[in-house]
Amino acid sequence: MTELLRTPLYDLHVELGGRMVPFAGYEMPVQYPAGIMAEHTHTRSKAGLFDVSHMGQVILRGTTYEAAARVFEALVPMDVLGLGEGRQRYGLFLNEAGGILDDLMFANRGDHLFVVVNAACKTEDTARMKAVLEPDVSVEPVTDRALLALQGPRAEAVLTEFAAEAATMRFMDVRTVELDGVEAWVSRSGYTGEDGYEISVPADRAERLARSLLAHDDVAPIGLGARDSLRLEAGLCLYGHDIDTGTLPGEAGLTWAIQKARRAGGARAGGFPGAAEVLAQLEAGPARKRVGLRPEGRAPMREGVDLYAAPEGGAPVGRVTSGGFGPTVGGPVAMGYIPADLSAAGTTVYGEVRGKRLPATVTALPFVAANFKR
Amino acid sequence: MKYTEEHEWLLQDDDLITVGITEHAAEQLGDVVFVELPEPGAEVSKDDEIVVIESVKAASDILAPLDGEIVEVNEALVENPGLVNEDPLGEAWFFKIKPSDLSPMDDYMDEAAYKKFIG
Repeated sequence: MTELLRTPLYDLHVELGGRMVPFAGYEMPVQYPAGIMAEHTHTRSKAGLFDVSHMGQVILRGTTYEAAARVFEALVPMDVLGLGEGRQRYGLFLNEAGGILDDLMFANRGDHLFVVVNAACKTEDTARMKAVLEPDVSVEPVTDRALLALQGPRAEAVLTEFAAEAATMRFMDVRTVELDGVEAWVSRSGYTGEDGYEISVPADRAERLARSLLAHDDVAPIGLGARDSLRLEAGLCLYGHDIDTGTLPGEAGLTWAIQKARRAGGARAGGFPGAAEVLAQLEAGPARKRVGLRPEGRAPMREGVDLYAAPEGGAPVGRVTSGGFGPTVGGPVAMGYIPADLSAAGTTVYGEVRGKRLPATVTALPFVAANFKR
Repeated sequence: MKYTEEHEWLLQDDDLITVGITEHAAEQLGDVVFVELPEPGAEVSKDDEIVVIESVKAASDILAPLDGEIVEVNEALVENPGLVNEDPLGEAWFFKIKPSDLSPMDDYMDEAAYKKFIG
């Protein structure tokens, strides 16, 4: 067992009463004394501050943005070249079979690409990028910066008190902004379904900025527990659960993330790992799909619950990949994979919970409408 | 009041034992969102998993602390699982059991021993 790492905000988490748990090699707060339900609700109604410093921040630098983008397109099925300066996109690393190795965000920051990957995958992601991109494009892990997320309907008003220009950013804009006297790389994005910002700041200034933000009446610290229930209600995938090397983008409902330029007939069609499999699935339609599920009653259907087409008999037709209680929905919510012919909204499937098959209704995602400032 | 290592409290009133979970257990569980209770009249054996509690984080069970018959269950918890967090030692009792043998009660911890147990 290797020793757990700590983010620059570790001492602050402990001071705030965070219950620290191991997550992706880090000691992270799963909740604070307010509890997951209150933290979730606070984020949906005001603003929540999340420490996401465990995630991997990486700079990719070529002679120009375009040079780096062209090479990066060999790794992802996204239109990287066509991404405007000061804009960010969601991306996927794929293996040769089209299976998802990780999901990520990448931004055009003028003269370089800025990439944020999942904590649990960052070592492998960095190695993969180095193998493919170097020597033409340098791969520079950013290890001296923390990453905070400020999420919720009051996020704009709060951040505007620190930097007026925060209000002028649209969803998925990225910008360098001076916050509390420090250079912050800010994007208007997040993983809660709420409007908000993700803020990269020098590690040694992170605690001070976090304290300044938390001093605002509308801002409360939010742990991993509420982060999970928020992203689940928002219908967003958690890597290693809803998507992994066994899932292709098409069946995961991530087709929207593959822009036209990279699809059949596009200007730079294919040319990424697993292109044949991924594009074939886009063409033919997937045999199974990731769907939202609303279990009837109150019993949560958690990850691993087998799904059946009928209340009795037959073999499982699918499985829940994320599930729990949705505080904003006010009941259990889940996501899972089921055959395409059962995937229409309104279809009833059955999840086996403690030996009993309980009905669940296939439901369009997200469960809670996104609140982005487009 | 007696306590089990499973963080249940047992309150004896004549030959009837009311069972709930301790404040410590409720706090560890976090926000409770689902409770499934046994059927009144059910005959249960010690250590049977007779109640399911799900919090926002995870599912757990309450075990029958004694052999006996379930005589009453607290239906209010099914409608309002959050009571478990609000008042674990009072309103959020789970069931009343009529033990076939009361003697195992002597083996359970008193308050001082339980406090020591949870450290």
